[in-house]
Amino acid sequence: MRRAVLILLPYTWLAALFLVPFLIVIKISLSDTALAIPPYTPTLDLTQGWEGIRTWWAGLDFENFVFLTEDDLYWKAYLSSLKIAVISTLITLSIGYPIAYGMARAPEEWRPTLMMLVILPFWTSFLIRVYAWKAILSKEGFLNQILLATGLIDDPLIILNTNTAVYIGIVYTYLPFMILPLYAALEKLDGALLEAAEDLGCSRLSAFWLVTVPLSKQGIIAGCFLVFIPVVGEFVIPALLGGSETLMIGKVLWEEFFSNRDWPVASAVAVILLAILIIPIVLFLKNEEKQREAEG
Amino acid sequence: MKTKLVMLSTAVALTATMASAEEVRVYNWSDYIDEDLLAKFEAETGYDLIYDVFDSNELLETKLLAGGSGYDVVVPSGTFLQRQITAGAFQKLDMSKLPNIDNMWDVVTQRTAQYDPDNAYSINYMWGTTGIGVNVGKVQEILGEDAPIDSWSLVFDPANMEKLAECGVHFLDAPAEMIPAALKYIGEDPDSHDPDVIAKVEEVYAPVRPYIRKFHSSEYIEALANGNICVAVGWSGDILQARDRAAEADNGIEIAYHAPKEGAQMWFDQMAIPVDAPNVEGAHAFLNFIMDPENAAAASNYVYYANGNKASQEYLVEDVIGDPAIYPDAETLDNLFTTTPYDSKVQRVVTRLWTKIKSGT
Repeated sequence: MRRAVLILLPYTWLAALFLVPFLIVIKISLSDTALAIPPYTPTLDLTQGWEGIRTWWAGLDFENFVFLTEDDLYWKAYLSSLKIAVISTLITLSIGYPIAYGMARAPEEWRPTLMMLVILPFWTSFLIRVYAWKAILSKEGFLNQILLATGLIDDPLIILNTNTAVYIGIVYTYLPFMILPLYAALEKLDGALLEAAEDLGCSRLSAFWLVTVPLSKQGIIAGCFLVFIPVVGEFVIPALLGGSETLMIGKVLWEEFFSNRDWPVASAVAVILLAILIIPIVLFLKNEEKQREAEG
Repeated sequence: MKTKLVMLSTAVALTATMASAEEVRVYNWSDYIDEDLLAKFEAETGYDLIYDVFDSNELLETKLLAGGSGYDVVVPSGTFLQRQITAGAFQKLDMSKLPNIDNMWDVVTQRTAQYDPDNAYSINYMWGTTGIGVNVGKVQEILGEDAPIDSWSLVFDPANMEKLAECGVHFLDAPAEMIPAALKYIGEDPDSHDPDVIAKVEEVYAPVRPYIRKFHSSEYIEALANGNICVAVGWSGDILQARDRAAEADNGIEIAYHAPKEGAQMWFDQMAIPVDAPNVEGAHAFLNFIMDPENAAAASNYVYYANGNKASQEYLVEDVIGDPAIYPDAETLDNLFTTTPYDSKVQRVVTRLWTKIKSGT
């Protein structure tokens, strides 16, 4: 009995906060746009009983999904988002790993302070922090002023409103999400294992590759997912720091929703985005599980 | 993404139900009012005023069509208003609660009636033109004394744009205005709804696109005023506000606005009451307050836009009423054009074309 409740709880949570909203989005993606409130048709009218449900059901079709395949804009946007997400995940990993490693190896009394420093940026609104980057990166901004004053450059760098600014913003924003799971994994690492490796003739570098990295694999996976998934759908950072060259699916979705007022196509874009993300992730996790079983 | 959307709409729904009768919620364009007027309204009527801002018609329309926006007064532009009336987003005004309606100016109401027949759903707040703002010193330094700052060729001729790119050019991110402007430049009907004619705009933008730093509908005020950019295609009053800010900062930057001689778009921002407004009484009180001649004049004197209030004109400062960039003379007025809303099929063509122009895909 207790077990059933324990299992039921997370599933109810998932159903209420993920499944139900997602079903609503799927429903809208099968509708047609209309000039009305809300701006799509058909809407479910339960007051008419069965008849209402039947007319509603008859009005649904896959037209919007077909439309997405007919215009290369959408595929380009999906691919470009995936590319930006992959690159920024790799950058955050390569910056985050040494930081997490350093934190885990630091003297125990320092660790709470270091942890605090990683979390500290969250005390300020995310929007304000991204806005601050505009002041740093703009043509007349702090970065250019410093570089010009020190004589490192002669002409101001144009960084704001380019993809470079988007990468800077994303890496900055998502770095803590990479560091925290890595730190959690690295901190648990038993130092005796490394000593044993060295005793058995392993160099420090190969001990790192053969012992530390494999044992922190769960942290790497968790960190990468925490960065990769939200970045694919990121809208705020490209909108504030990116330029017109920045093509991301979050922006396309925004445009469908706001400029075209086409909620059904916007919903279809969102459904496909979820499919693109969730199918490989589920396959990956299944594979992990199998491996673990095989090892166990 | 989805959960975020749903949470957002729940939040909106909550605020909508929480809006009490004592509050009046106004949703207006950014940088678009003298804030002293807000305090004055509260003092005169006893209502609490909640004043939020937006910078695109599209954003406003999405909120309205989602329903339950929670606002009592919103300010769409003419073409958007017309479509929203069709969608059933507004309620008819109760003229008995608007004694100040007699102050309105027939020159404007005649024109707004093409969007809102009989002006039954809306009153004019401000109107203006879409044109070009320049940093005079910079542009003349680059293109010479006779730079065509009063012509669309300044921003659509690649020869000019190539040279201007370095000092920075912004365009509005508003296809409903930037496409008619380009059509006017090549001598087509700016209000064309024919997809083949609209498609010609792509060839106008393609050669100048590399020289446009950004498409944005509000950043250019600050960017122009502090010298970050030297040319902006924007709304008349916004550019005049930039001129004012630069003068206040005394930074040696001189900004000028021109409605291009080939013809510029004239637009109207209309105040209307959403069909589900929580406080209809308060909304009427706000509209009537805005139509008071002295209040309308105070708003115009502050934002440098012309208003649709005839009686307010005696309270306007010379800087506003005497400036042909704000109150154009009869000849310029003839040269201005208006547009009508696109239907959903053409709208998709327009948005798609605009995405293509902006991102190259």
